[in-house]
Amino acid sequence: MAKYKNHILVCGGTGCRASESEAIASNLNASLSENNLQDDVQVVRTGCFGFCEKGPVVKMVPDNTFYVHVAPDDAEDIVLEHVIKGRKVERLLYVDPETKEHVSDSRHMDFYKKQLRIALRNCGFINPENIDEYIARDGYSALGTIMEEMTPEAAINVVKDSGLRGRGGGGFPSGLKWELTRKSEADQKYVVCNADEGDPGAFMDRSILEGDPHSVLEAMAICGYCIGADRGLIYIRAEYPLAIKRLKIAIEQARDYGLLGNDIFGTGFNFDVEIRYGAGAFVCGEETALIHSMEGLRGEPTVKPPFPAQSGYKEKPTNVNNVETFANIPAIFLKGADWFKKIGTEKSPGTKVFALAGKVNNVGLIEVPMGTTLREVIFDIGGGIKGGKKFKAVQTGGPSGGCLTEDHLDLAIDYDGLLASGSMMGSGGMIVMDEDDCMVSVAKFYLDFTVEESCGKCTPCRVGNKRLHEMLDKITLGQGEEGDLTRLRNLANVIKDTALCGLGQTSPNPVLSTMDNFPEEYQSHVKESKCPAGQCRALMQYVINSKLCVGCTLCSRVCPVDAISGEKKLPHVIDSSVCIKCGACIEKCKFGAISIQ
Amino acid sequence: MSKVKNLQDLKKMRDDLKGKITLREKSDHPDSLVQIKVSMATCGIASGARDTMNYMVDELESQAVDAVVTQTGCMGYCYAEPTIEVTLPGEKPVVFGQVDTKKASEIIEKYIKNGELVDGIIPDSYETIDKK
Amino acid sequence: MNLVKLTIDNKPVVVEKGTTLLEAAKSIGVNIPSLCYMKMDDMNFENKPGGCRVCVVEVEGRRNLAPACKTECMEGMEVHTHSVRVINARRTVVELILSDHPPECLTCAKSGECELQDLAQNLGIREIHYTGEQSTYKGDQSPAIIREMDKCIMCRRCETACNEVQTVGVLSAVNRGFESVVAPAFEMDLDHSVCTYCGQCVAVCPTGALTERDYTWKVIEALVDPAKTVVVQTAPAVRAALGEAFGMEAGNLVTGKMVAALRKLGFDYVFDTDFAADLTIMEEGTELLDRLNRHLNGDQDVKLPILTSCCPGWVKFFEHHFPEMKDVPSTAKSPQQMFGSIAKSYFAKKLDKKREDLVVVSVMPCLAKKYECTREEFSVNGDADVNVSISTRELAQLIRNANIDFTSLTDENFDNPLGESTGASVIFGTTGGVIEAAVRTAYEVHTGKTLEKVDFEELRGMEGSRKATVDFDGLKLNIGIAHGLGNARKLLEDVKSGKSEFHAIEIMACPGGCIGGGGQPYHHGDVDILKKRQRAIYEEDAGKPIRKSHENPFIQELYAEFLGKPLSDLSHELLHTHYFDRKKKAEVK
Repeated sequence: MAKYKNHILVCGGTGCRASESEAIASNLNASLSENNLQDDVQVVRTGCFGFCEKGPVVKMVPDNTFYVHVAPDDAEDIVLEHVIKGRKVERLLYVDPETKEHVSDSRHMDFYKKQLRIALRNCGFINPENIDEYIARDGYSALGTIMEEMTPEAAINVVKDSGLRGRGGGGFPSGLKWELTRKSEADQKYVVCNADEGDPGAFMDRSILEGDPHSVLEAMAICGYCIGADRGLIYIRAEYPLAIKRLKIAIEQARDYGLLGNDIFGTGFNFDVEIRYGAGAFVCGEETALIHSMEGLRGEPTVKPPFPAQSGYKEKPTNVNNVETFANIPAIFLKGADWFKKIGTEKSPGTKVFALAGKVNNVGLIEVPMGTTLREVIFDIGGGIKGGKKFKAVQTGGPSGGCLTEDHLDLAIDYDGLLASGSMMGSGGMIVMDEDDCMVSVAKFYLDFTVEESCGKCTPCRVGNKRLHEMLDKITLGQGEEGDLTRLRNLANVIKDTALCGLGQTSPNPVLSTMDNFPEEYQSHVKESKCPAGQCRALMQYVINSKLCVGCTLCSRVCPVDAISGEKKLPHVIDSSVCIKCGACIEKCKFGAISIQ
Repeated sequence: MSKVKNLQDLKKMRDDLKGKITLREKSDHPDSLVQIKVSMATCGIASGARDTMNYMVDELESQAVDAVVTQTGCMGYCYAEPTIEVTLPGEKPVVFGQVDTKKASEIIEKYIKNGELVDGIIPDSYETIDKK
Repeated sequence: MNLVKLTIDNKPVVVEKGTTLLEAAKSIGVNIPSLCYMKMDDMNFENKPGGCRVCVVEVEGRRNLAPACKTECMEGMEVHTHSVRVINARRTVVELILSDHPPECLTCAKSGECELQDLAQNLGIREIHYTGEQSTYKGDQSPAIIREMDKCIMCRRCETACNEVQTVGVLSAVNRGFESVVAPAFEMDLDHSVCTYCGQCVAVCPTGALTERDYTWKVIEALVDPAKTVVVQTAPAVRAALGEAFGMEAGNLVTGKMVAALRKLGFDYVFDTDFAADLTIMEEGTELLDRLNRHLNGDQDVKLPILTSCCPGWVKFFEHHFPEMKDVPSTAKSPQQMFGSIAKSYFAKKLDKKREDLVVVSVMPCLAKKYECTREEFSVNGDADVNVSISTRELAQLIRNANIDFTSLTDENFDNPLGESTGASVIFGTTGGVIEAAVRTAYEVHTGKTLEKVDFEELRGMEGSRKATVDFDGLKLNIGIAHGLGNARKLLEDVKSGKSEFHAIEIMACPGGCIGGGGQPYHHGDVDILKKRQRAIYEEDAGKPIRKSHENPFIQELYAEFLGKPLSDLSHELLHTHYFDRKKKAEVK
């Protein structure tokens, strides 16, 4: 075995791969061979580092240099300069947005400083396609220890004591779920891993499966041992090809080692895992819909009870947990429930992974202890608002979450805190908005999604959300009428009160929370036909300031609909009834005479 | 690869495999480790820095010393190559010159393991490219 | 028994564990409105997707409103069915449904029978506050069923009927969200699907989304054509239900009034499908005995059990799903088609008319009959044996059109010769009836003895599949009965795998048999209506002077004058048919 003095970790997450990280890795290898260093330096393709904004990311070990925005052509410099000469390639170093200084060590970057990685502990660290690296990181020893030393009941108690709650959004205590499934008597039970990550912009589950698939497999086996199931199913959307590929490799390797299959650890316990593909319907993240989908039925939720713990897949007791929840399990057993409980808040122990997106400087995947404030996430980890704009709102919980404002910035993030302030944890989407975002349009944007993703089973979601969307559309077009806001609120409340499943019940959250937090913005759309953020095109007015206009006629010549008229060398005017708000005139005007009102 | 038959098996396997990633584990918390930088510019390599480095890596591992050995560029002490910089946890970096394998052995024994200074220290203050 | 105590609208109620809030409320006189929910005990029909959300109620301590149809009673629950919160939510939900429903009540085929219309009226909805785009999906006109999917409210009852009760599997929800609709796969038309036209989807549809294809105008055209002699036949189950269409209590037999009305409508001859039913027994009963005797004599090739073949939905079902068994059912045509055949040969000859000059109209409790009469093998040189088939509901429509006060009509009798029938033929209208009629005749033919008791109670009932053994003077005949195609499928699987111990099996596609047919007045989920119709049928049988098919004097005359004997060459030509392998016929258009 070659003894490597350096490791070069190349991010092999979907995002970085899309920006050619594979080519970086192969160029690195080529360059190392050229310099006869192939036995000294190992190139490792890892899972996601999280700092996707700066991808592709390459990390040098052991000196911990973190290179960002690396291109395949940079590989040679990294080898020649960094590896051979020990000189950091300055142009690839991260620049602190505030101090403008180069930061080479990822541990000194604000993005990483406040993070604590439990679920993502192996992502960006090990090669996910090599079970040995997982085992070297204590992989499968939680499973082994439990099976050799613990009864299922005792193991369930560890999960209960840890206070771990479902990371898929609902926040149901995982230990309790396991216990309920254990107590259901049946000849066959199932462990299901919900990898149908559907929140737009959220990709923590995908990243975990891509970066650390064995942690999920190990946790599923642990769960199987605890509840008395010998079959595990992973329901994953087919549009996650890389995650599927790595899962398949992981399952094969685990079977080869006897860590899946029959007589695991010589205890007589059998457990195997198979992959089921979903077509990417958001509602199939709801556990009953997910189960129906696996049964070959239409992906529709059914009324609970019965809960899957009583009657799930093929009407057998089924424990459904999502990927991130499972990824926490081996760590809890390795380090103990007490360790886990000390992290986070009392009612929401542990960490949560968020997909930080929108108008922040540092977009990416982050994991922070519960109880971290929104301010810390947005301004410290996220590096603040892009372009020095003003923070306006943050939307948490995916399409069915709510929009929180500046008043909520010091809110400690946990399940109950978010819920109490009108939003929710969801699966961990976090989208930051600035002063240019129109909150009515934001609500409409999310309704777009829920209308598209509704399964159509219940009236409030099928028709109600459609009507909500139509009303919001009307308002953004400046056609809102007296009474629309009352109707909007009533309909939103009724949908929340009557829809069948979690998707429907939460779908009006973006509407209600923006109405609550930004009432004046709705008012001005309806009463004054104005969009304060200047985003609703229909409500814009292009106006020429007669004092600044010199009558150069450039604007009238570029206008595609002849909406601008005026004598040469005299101020021009825009006929707003003809204007299509294309913005061509503003671009042409050299005197700054045209503005939007 | 044979099957994992029991927990004992797995633990043994883990211990055997640990070496594959210790480098990475260490890089996660280098401040608590002994950090050694070997100057590996042309002059260093010409005067045997590679041998020194290989020796340090092997020796530290066989003696189970938690240390990180990395290479760095020219430190500017070409007259004294091979040069190495050793940083003990919580201490200021110390640069040693003319470190051949024999010298390296002495540094490990005396300075790294016991904190005793040895001959060959280059006293000048300097700045590495690691701007803090 | 496990009991739970709760209060509904402050009224205490004790129910068995497992009872839903909807049922518990009903037991104390609180009728919570519902829409998608439909449950028919004995019929294996239970549709409660909990989707429409009309039946929501407030349960104290619960975050959101609960669907009463799906929520089980729990100890100590405090339920409010008409709080402001509930009423507002319920009205809003119904307004939402209405906002996505064409406002065509005035011309809708379901108007007056529409459950959505009733619901909106009961809630007093006078304005729809949430209007917008309406969903739309292509319509479909098969020979029997019309689908106007814009009127679909996604209650899923048809889906339950088609998949769970009938196991036909044509209708299921497609598309998502606002575009969701129940339809055959791949936008197929019913005509290209494996639909049996049983019409159970139509029978349970709360709105005008699924209706029968209306042929009343074709009947009117024939009646006013002086060149045509128009002959009508009425199926046994029609007379047990037609009265309901005129506000009469279910279970009222209106045979005489029906005949009077048909005569008033201008039919030249008012005949009875019952006559053909007696004829069916002659042919099918003889076939049964023939196969049985050959079997007893050691013939290995003979196919047993014999399966009845009167039901066109059932015939199409096995042609699609069990084509490898197409030589197992009796080759006897259905009574409707036997009637058409005889009317256009024997009777036309009697009138000295060409078959083309006769128009045969059938009044059926069934929608599959509309399809059956269009099957190619049931026509001669392009002239169908039965020209038009209308449902019980369409007949009621014709009667109303002709301004006839149905309830005050004086009873009249069928015309002869094709109007005379026995009690055996009347019971064709209910599950178990065909086989009982066959047994009455087969017993006497086989044993040469006269039956002491013609009522075979062991063959009667409402259970989905039943079995009985009838003693033919030492020969034990095992008889199976199934109604509802899902039940039929189970028996058929047994036959296919050689596990069946039956000698004869009666199968009816519709739950309850023809009395529960897809063309009957709407039952709106009330099983009692079907039971009352069944009782009426047995009453009619009991009141008949002749109760065995082979004793029908006009049947005897038909054989003497025309056919010779059962299974004669002419019988084979006119009264028997063959079946097709339709397995590969289902195609995507």
